[in-house]
Amino acid sequence: MSPIPTADQTARIKPASTPAELLRNFCIIAHIDHGKSTLADRMLQLTGVVEQRAMRAQYLDRMDIERERGITIKSQAVRMPWAVDGTPHALNMIDTPGHVDFTYEVSRSLAACEGAVLLVDAAQGIEAQTLANLYLAMENDLAIIPVLNKIDLPAAQPEKYAEEIAGLVGGDPEDVLKVSGKTGEGVEALLDRIVQTVPAPVGDADAPARAMIFDSVYDTYRGVVTYVRVVDGSLNPREKIVMMSTRATHELLEIGVSSPEPHPTKGLGVGEVGYLITGVKDVRQSKVGDTVTNAAKPAADSLGGYSDPRPMVFSGLYPIDGSDYPVLRDALDKLKLNDAALNYEPETSVALGFGFRVGFLGLLHLEIVRERLEREFDLALISTAPNVVYTVTLEDGTEVTVTNPSEFPGGKIKDVQEPVVRSTVLAPSEFIGSIMELCQQRRGDLLGMDYLSPDRVEMRYTLPLAEIVFDFFDQLKSRTRGYASFDYEPTGEQTADLVKVDILLQGEQVDAFSAVVHKDQAYAYGTMMAGKLKDLIPRQQFEVPIQAAVGARVIARETVRAIRKDVLAKCYGGDISRKRKLLEKQKEGKKRMKTIGRVEVPPNAFIAALSSDGGGGKESKDKSKK
Amino acid sequence: MSPALPEGEPAPEDGALPTWLGGPRSSAFGVYLHVPFCSVRCGYCDFNTYTASELGGGADQAAYATTSLREIDLAARVMRDAGISDRPVSTVFVGGGTPTMLPAQDLVRMLAAVRDTWGLADDAEVTTEANPDSVTPESLATLARGGFTRVSFGMQSAVPHVLATLERTHDPARVPDVVRWAREAGLAVSLDLIYGTPGESVDDWRTSLDTVLETGVDHVSAYALVVEPGTKMAAQVRRGQLELPSADDQAEKYEVADEVLTSAGLGWYEVSNWARTPADACRHNLAYWRGDDWWGVGPGAHSYLGPADAVEVHAPTRAVPPEEGHGVRFWNAKHPRRYAASLEAGHSPAAGREVLTTDEAHLERVMLGVRLREGLDLALLGRGSRESVAQLVASGLLDGRRAVQGRAVLTLRGRLLADAVVRGLVE
Repeated sequence: MSPIPTADQTARIKPASTPAELLRNFCIIAHIDHGKSTLADRMLQLTGVVEQRAMRAQYLDRMDIERERGITIKSQAVRMPWAVDGTPHALNMIDTPGHVDFTYEVSRSLAACEGAVLLVDAAQGIEAQTLANLYLAMENDLAIIPVLNKIDLPAAQPEKYAEEIAGLVGGDPEDVLKVSGKTGEGVEALLDRIVQTVPAPVGDADAPARAMIFDSVYDTYRGVVTYVRVVDGSLNPREKIVMMSTRATHELLEIGVSSPEPHPTKGLGVGEVGYLITGVKDVRQSKVGDTVTNAAKPAADSLGGYSDPRPMVFSGLYPIDGSDYPVLRDALDKLKLNDAALNYEPETSVALGFGFRVGFLGLLHLEIVRERLEREFDLALISTAPNVVYTVTLEDGTEVTVTNPSEFPGGKIKDVQEPVVRSTVLAPSEFIGSIMELCQQRRGDLLGMDYLSPDRVEMRYTLPLAEIVFDFFDQLKSRTRGYASFDYEPTGEQTADLVKVDILLQGEQVDAFSAVVHKDQAYAYGTMMAGKLKDLIPRQQFEVPIQAAVGARVIARETVRAIRKDVLAKCYGGDISRKRKLLEKQKEGKKRMKTIGRVEVPPNAFIAALSSDGGGGKESKDKSKK
Repeated sequence: MSPALPEGEPAPEDGALPTWLGGPRSSAFGVYLHVPFCSVRCGYCDFNTYTASELGGGADQAAYATTSLREIDLAARVMRDAGISDRPVSTVFVGGGTPTMLPAQDLVRMLAAVRDTWGLADDAEVTTEANPDSVTPESLATLARGGFTRVSFGMQSAVPHVLATLERTHDPARVPDVVRWAREAGLAVSLDLIYGTPGESVDDWRTSLDTVLETGVDHVSAYALVVEPGTKMAAQVRRGQLELPSADDQAEKYEVADEVLTSAGLGWYEVSNWARTPADACRHNLAYWRGDDWWGVGPGAHSYLGPADAVEVHAPTRAVPPEEGHGVRFWNAKHPRRYAASLEAGHSPAAGREVLTTDEAHLERVMLGVRLREGLDLALLGRGSRESVAQLVASGLLDGRRAVQGRAVLTLRGRLLADAVVRGLVE
């Protein structure tokens, strides 16, 4: 019997009328390069939903950035038919974002499933980020199917890692499936196992409709495409629907399933996964986690679990060419349509001109947004060093939320709260010492340590978020020769002894360089930044002091000495044209200078100070490979 | 002559000048004669000059004076065709290269051609550059008899290790002698110095200045060494064999020079030039900085013809049609063989030219005028620039008393930052 359902069998699993017991909703939890997309591609082929000739690598990753970086940013659902012992089933594979920045979206995706494939690279073993998502899946009571991928690799150690996984999820190492997404080996068995192990969805078909939004994507041609999992009742074409968090009513223009191209259907019943199109243009009107119900017969209670995304990391984004500001504004407006977590407001910097203060879910989110702005809108951008949000209580009891270090209040401060994260580091045990050293430098507290296997260790730390938003991951990778993996989740706030370091150029504060740092690190930051600017600011006709100050107290000082000579010694007949052209060029250059007080600074100097090592800002390509 | 020619439009083959140049003009007219030969090429030199071997046997050297006479002919013809009436030549300057590589008689013949073509003013200043090792009492006397009034020796330094770095081959001990010979022949004498050579100490520099003063000359030029790309010295610096002095070091040496020369009675009259009395200043060079007309004869030489009298840069007394410019500058083909070939074919040797716009002419006027001790007439500046004069006075770059009298005159500090002053004045 072929596992691809026959025409008769297919009739039993039509989207609007599939009995819930023939449905299986599952996701794949995997680390970034453990082969999730390749496995998904293989499933699409084996189930016959994508023909061989239409296949392209990583079919499901739609955005260029996703395909290039090999990471999934936005999730999707794909419906695949699969028959076991002559019974047809509809398998809904819900793709989850692979990164911690999108934990909320991950948790909503998991909530749409009954089972999860835990996919682990047979040559690398489980990684910290996978662990985090595995915990989430187990908390959602999902059935876990442990799978080792890439068993075709010469370096694969399936026995070793099968034991590691069995130790984590319970069960027998023998039960861990071994597959190769690349060759297809073991994938049919995995599909069978999904049908056998993942429970069918349960819901009340007669109750008022309730469907959970687990993803919301802006499409240039169709507007917002909303992905839902129906829990109770059913949704049908042409109905009016209501978003329960906002009470907004929309007409359902189209309803359907993706397999993986969109196919309109006559509706979606209990347990079904599919998409809705209502004609709205902004993903904020269709929020992940929200409950959709029927306007004519609305449900009394939402499904719960909805929360607004909260930005954790902020950075100033500025166009390098000031005249690109309107382009940047339009670009952010467009990205916002597809990214409910993106928020921003205009900001003006003395050093960098007009730009935006942008809030992100985390570092990867920052990098992705920045890269999309640069790539899709052809913008050259400079970003200030990322910072976190501080809650400052003044002595008079006033509370101030600081998202931009230059706005950190001076003077009478009673208390400063900074966000902290609970982080997990997985690494070979030989690196324990250097990881501990790094985490201590970053004000970390060790919570615990466990051996996953004799030579692999899991270390748990509480760390201030501010300490990891800048270069922590790069440091970790370099200290562990690339072997460590790292993950974190926000856990709250703590009181901290923080100060704002200002950088002053001839007494004038240069806003883009203000930083909130721990009091013990103020001197190091001040010296580093003053030294860097000293090398970047050209000599002026007068001496220019560069100071780093905490409040009124100067903690570091450098001096750009006055220029003494700016004249061409010779200027005779044959030199005149050349000399005039040189002066014309200098005049043009002078126009582009930024002026801080009387000091003329080439625009590139500030950008260089923010870009080079230790200054913050600029993205590093490897960071995303978490 | 500078190495790379500027970018401009192509010059017409017949050398024709724009007819709008025609009309009355009161500016002086000078002639520059370029001699593109040297016995050796110095490591720092990027001038348009060639050693005998570079030109393949030096045969051209013998014919050079004759070739240059052809350009003098052409110059006179095209100026007349454009409606520029003949004026007696006020100043002649023979530069190089090493003009004294040619027999003195050749230089005299070239000067005679200038005199025969345009006439020489009674008080004309006629200068030649010379190397201390390429003159004799006899050759200097020949020049003086032939009409030369002035000689400028490329002394560069009195310190042997500095001369060695510059690859200058003359014997420094010879300098006092050649100065004496020139004066005995009745020639005014100037000495050229270079400061800021790699390895030169401030004491070395003082030694050179003192040696100059001992000769009793009435004119000194002192230039900061500029290492131009493409020179042997630039390669030595790139390879780390020579270390360039800093701009601060050069600034200090300039201040030393100004102090030493001033206390010896030589006053500055241009950023890099000092003279005992105003009459000792080099009038040919002043003509460049004042925007007078001049014709440059020879490979790579530049020429400039300003607008006719009625056209004033900022307050024109007649409307200037858009097709007219504020003067024209052109330059000859660089290589002596190409230069000679054009003239032999009856064509203009000019390789390119530029017609100056109002803004360009204004910038040149400010950039050149401000280098002079007489300074720049503040009435020439726009309103915005006049406001920045106050700032430049406050910063100590312009002389406040002279500003009140209506002139922009650089202070000592201002002379070292003259380019910044120009940028301030033409905003």
